[in-house]
Amino acid sequence: MNKNREIYILFFVLIAFFIVSVVYLSFGWLDIWGEGLGIITAAAITLAMYSFLYKDNPVFKIAENLFVGVAMGYSIIIVWYNILKPDVFEALILPVFKDTGNAPQYSVIVPTLLGLFMFLRLSSKLSWLSRWSFAFIVGMGSGIAIPNFINAILLRQLEPMLTPLYSGSFWGTVNTLLVLIGVVSVLFYFFFSLEHKGPIGGISMVGIWFLMIAFGASFGYTVMARMSLLIGRIQFLLKDWLGIIQ
Amino acid sequence: MEKLLKIDRRIIFVLVALAVTIPLLFRFKMAVPPTKHVKSMYDKIDSLPKGSHVLISFDYDPSSKEELQPMALALLHHCFKKDIKVIGMTLYPAGTGLAEKAIKETGKEYGKKSGKDYAFLGFKAGSSLVILNMGEDIYSAFQEDFYGKKTAGMLALKGVSSLREIDYAVNLTAGGIYEAWIVYGREKYHFDLGVGCTAVMGPEMYPFIQSNQLTGFMGGLKGAAEYETLIDHKDRAAAGMSPQSVVHVLVVCFILFGNFLYFASGRKQ
Amino acid sequence: MSFLKRTVPMIIAFIMGILMVFQYYVPHEASQNLLKVVTRWGMIISGFAMFIGAYSLFHLHWNKIKLKVSGWGYSVFVFFGAGITIIFGLYNGGEFFWNDKQVGTMFDWLFDYVQVPAGATIFSILAFFMASAAYRTFRARNKEATILLISAIIVMLGRVPIGTMISQYIPIAADWIMSVPNLAAKRAILIGVSIGVIATSIKIIFGIERAYLGGGD
Repeated sequence: MNKNREIYILFFVLIAFFIVSVVYLSFGWLDIWGEGLGIITAAAITLAMYSFLYKDNPVFKIAENLFVGVAMGYSIIIVWYNILKPDVFEALILPVFKDTGNAPQYSVIVPTLLGLFMFLRLSSKLSWLSRWSFAFIVGMGSGIAIPNFINAILLRQLEPMLTPLYSGSFWGTVNTLLVLIGVVSVLFYFFFSLEHKGPIGGISMVGIWFLMIAFGASFGYTVMARMSLLIGRIQFLLKDWLGIIQ
Repeated sequence: MEKLLKIDRRIIFVLVALAVTIPLLFRFKMAVPPTKHVKSMYDKIDSLPKGSHVLISFDYDPSSKEELQPMALALLHHCFKKDIKVIGMTLYPAGTGLAEKAIKETGKEYGKKSGKDYAFLGFKAGSSLVILNMGEDIYSAFQEDFYGKKTAGMLALKGVSSLREIDYAVNLTAGGIYEAWIVYGREKYHFDLGVGCTAVMGPEMYPFIQSNQLTGFMGGLKGAAEYETLIDHKDRAAAGMSPQSVVHVLVVCFILFGNFLYFASGRKQ
Repeated sequence: MSFLKRTVPMIIAFIMGILMVFQYYVPHEASQNLLKVVTRWGMIISGFAMFIGAYSLFHLHWNKIKLKVSGWGYSVFVFFGAGITIIFGLYNGGEFFWNDKQVGTMFDWLFDYVQVPAGATIFSILAFFMASAAYRTFRARNKEATILLISAIIVMLGRVPIGTMISQYIPIAADWIMSVPNLAAKRAILIGVSIGVIATSIKIIFGIERAYLGGGD
């Protein structure tokens, strides 16, 4: 009985969507030769995704899987046109076989080989070669991170806390002091080598309060973000698809 | 009381949908006074002379498009209106389509040409490595633009050899890449940096603002609405502020009412 | 064999790590050229690495289809979506993939009208679930939860235009929360995470942290 009802709902929605599309296209409210068909497709996908709010259903799952496929296909093609084609194919391979006016960049052989070694991770016998590629990237990343993080985060973030507390106004001083207390107490809270008892327990308790205020702020901002995404989609449906708002 | 606590969640969904749709349909107008962090970004770009170079890194994909694309458009309007040369790029593969469309279509409104008034460099993988490479030599990181044209000699890039010569960089970000822009970009190559981020990331920007590592930031749709107000080009973000307000009040009401029921029922869940 | 499988990668990581640390402190042209060359290499390797992600996804869905696990039919749409996108991407509006990328092709159409709406909508669904969670589970159970709840309410109201309409003090309070307690907590987390990054990096360079090598010998 319930299943029948859901099938009726699905048919009703599909027919309603079809009628709306035909009406909009025939009245010229959506341009069939321009963006019209695209907007109808986008609206169909948007509604298919929202159908999940009623309950998980095949229409949602089809749209979801289609999206995953298209997104992956898109990334592959973009990597080809933006990285592999200009930096490997045209820089190294093409000039070897054809006079392009540019000499082949032989130094590209190294990253190309290391890049290809990564695929050997899928082979059972030669997967160890992929470790060379990962070691190159991870080692380089680590070496770059150490001095840059010390300079850009540790030193630069500690700097504002090593200035005189009195900043010209009473409330300014209070706030500077609160920031100092907050940073120290939260760091104490995260310092697990000492048992959180006595004075240490008290300081880390203050740290928890600071963290709770910050998490509350983050929650507020997260609500804001998700609602903004929803507003954008409803704007799309009402403005671009149905044209009932300007 | 029990019934109210166990209400079908679809009723809540309908209320949320209505709280967004009704204000959009009835177009309540709400003033969006700019906050100081957004104003700092605006002032920075507004103070740049004609022909300066602003780099915009569109580091987001469709999942955060509704928050960040309005920011991108507002920034592009401001830059093109002031005849500033825009250098666009992305560290997200799916950012290419959104960035290309934003630059091309906004540029068209102001009669700007690719390669001459703006350059869209496209996508490169490796995040921090790309930033470092651009810091040393922008033409090494991007030997061609998104359309396959050689970047060497491109008019839009005249006078720029690395990130050091960029007058202002804006990172529109949906993830942790802003940290790479600060650590490997701004701090190493010393250029002014602003961030446009999703609202979720907004709270993370405050330490960098206080340490002067960022020249302002825009957070979420609200940030975009403030920038639209500043450039006097109100669009989707500004229109979104009335539903945003209503839906926030609704969520606050849900929290308060939920807690009222919780306490009234003797703290039984 | 163990030398090639385990020692060589550790030597590579060590040399690259030490080299890059020293590079930071040597502002000589040669040192800058080194940074330029190795970061460009890294960018190209990262480009190849993206195909590993693609392989994992296709492998997962191929196995679902092969083993006919529940809901395997939906996995066909992953291949369908990827297939048509790749075909149109390679076709490149009739210019084919060895030429420069054309714009306004069917490949871009699929992005604009399938990937963009689907991607944007799927994350907006969370808006509904957040509202539902706010009603059902966000409770002032104890002191800490109450602080969190009050902070969330002030920020939620203070960050939208309606906050000023309710009271001019709400945005001021929200601003204070953001730029004092929030700043302090976020700075402490940032410092903590950065120390973690630096410590892990040192462990990688000296071969103490070897998770990136994967399992096996």
